[in-house]
Amino acid sequence: MANVGVLTGTPAKVARPHARQRAPMRWVVLGLLLLLLAFTLFPFFLALINAVKPGPDYLRGGPLSIPTSIQFDSIIKFWGQADYSRKLLNSVIISASVSVLAVIISLFNAYALGIGRVRGSTIILAILLLGTMVPQESIVYPIYWMAKSVGLYDTQLAVIIVLAVLQSAFGTYLLSSVMSTFPREILEAAEIDGASRWQVLTLVVVPIMQPTLMVLGTFFFIWTWNEFLIPVIMLISNNNQTVSVAMGLTRGQNMSDPTLQAAAGLLGIAPTVIFFLIFQRTLTRGIVAGAVK
Amino acid sequence: MAGSAVRSRRGYYLYLIPGFVGLMLIVIGPQIANFVLSFTAWKGVGTPRWVGSQNYERLLTDDQFWGSMHNTLLYIISMTIIPVLLGLILASLLFDYVRDQFGERLSSFFRAGLYLPQILPLTVAGVLWGWILSPVGVANAILKSIGLGTFAQNWIGDATYALPAVSLVIVWIQVGYCLVVFMAGLSRIDPALYEAAQLDGAGWWQRLVSITVPMLAPEIFVVVLTTLIHALKVFAPIFVLTQGGPNDATLAPSYLTYYHFFTTQRVGYAAAIATVQMILTLGLALMFLWFQTRQAERGA
Repeated sequence: MANVGVLTGTPAKVARPHARQRAPMRWVVLGLLLLLLAFTLFPFFLALINAVKPGPDYLRGGPLSIPTSIQFDSIIKFWGQADYSRKLLNSVIISASVSVLAVIISLFNAYALGIGRVRGSTIILAILLLGTMVPQESIVYPIYWMAKSVGLYDTQLAVIIVLAVLQSAFGTYLLSSVMSTFPREILEAAEIDGASRWQVLTLVVVPIMQPTLMVLGTFFFIWTWNEFLIPVIMLISNNNQTVSVAMGLTRGQNMSDPTLQAAAGLLGIAPTVIFFLIFQRTLTRGIVAGAVK
Repeated sequence: MAGSAVRSRRGYYLYLIPGFVGLMLIVIGPQIANFVLSFTAWKGVGTPRWVGSQNYERLLTDDQFWGSMHNTLLYIISMTIIPVLLGLILASLLFDYVRDQFGERLSSFFRAGLYLPQILPLTVAGVLWGWILSPVGVANAILKSIGLGTFAQNWIGDATYALPAVSLVIVWIQVGYCLVVFMAGLSRIDPALYEAAQLDGAGWWQRLVSITVPMLAPEIFVVVLTTLIHALKVFAPIFVLTQGGPNDATLAPSYLTYYHFFTTQRVGYAAAIATVQMILTLGLALMFLWFQTRQAERGA
């Protein structure tokens, strides 16, 4: 929610040039921060070294030993056992569809609320926001029941529709506030040229808003990737499950095989870390380019 | 809202249709259905039987429910209190100290590193920590290797340690969120303020208390409210790590709801718990909204 701050944040200020302080204190602070960072990243590091550690190595040296050789047996074993290619594909399909669909819904809503300024827009926004903030627990059973009665239970389509609607509330909120500052002259000029409402949206608003829409889409993609409650309830068959659900259900299954557990962890981490690297660039680009004022 | 020259507004309503239909079908409709169900006894098949306020009366004496509410208060410590405090200190250190002393690069590096757990799917975090905290896991192996083997515990399988252990995982996840929001907020503060304070001889701590915290008040409010709302619906870490156990020591209302909906199939009762959760969240959400509008008015 408060990602708004990140999305619309102003460029960071330039570091203040002033006298650097006395040496010892600096290093104490740096040391403490490094310690905290090490603690934060420790689970990632552990998953990495143990996922590629040969079994006998683990038995001898435990989880902290540096592997004497690198092997991918555990990773391959978990990949096969969990049918990970399938899970990745499912996650990509669901996340990408939700992302596109939610951006479109948000864009339409925001066009009416932010640019059209239809009556009651404040109330509509408030209802939308409240709708997403209330716990999913209180809507999940009726949704589950509805999906069952229309034959959409255990289909990815059901998950896509539900998540797209839930996420578009945040998108509407964000885009409406951005669109309400959209330069009126541009809209009026397009109108004088005889552009219809649809043309104004697709030929004027969308191209100018594109960077913001991309950032929003990225957020939706990652949020959907991480969603758990709705997918775990709706997708019971193995073939439909996402990475997040598969991870949630592996619990305890491989307790006896620690390197296999590490491999599971590593495979769960890998896609998000990859997004993180891509996403950071998109985000900064979005912030810089989003300054349509 | 100056009367714009843009043509009549009515045509814009068409664009609200997809969003409106979705909202009705996925949010409002189910919300109402859930509320109605909370006054019934239903197994998920057949016709729900109206029982009036019986579910709510039973809630009042349900130790599991009260236990889960009590745990929610404890989860607020790990979801909100510790991450907000840590986040404030870290944001201010990185922004107001590390940047000056070591440069922008290092400060961004720390921020990115500390944020990393936040982007992980919660279930993956659960798998990682479940492995670390298991009886034959990494935590105990480390204790043994440094000669503290006697302190080894069944961290998530022992009712005494399970809640603190789960809380540690939650703090690990949450700090990055607070940090990033606070740092984004700091970037809109005029650097001259800090320079002036520094010239007046204010140390880092004084600058934190007298400039950073008051200036970040809106962000702090937003983060506190959103994390409180999240604390009321902690689910995935509990699902993966402990399933509410051992002996309900880590049980949260969300998990209890899930358990009654899908395991015991006492749908009406689960709906009542979900309704209580919904009302509590709604209260917090309304506060959030009220604050946002006030901010917007002030900014205008």
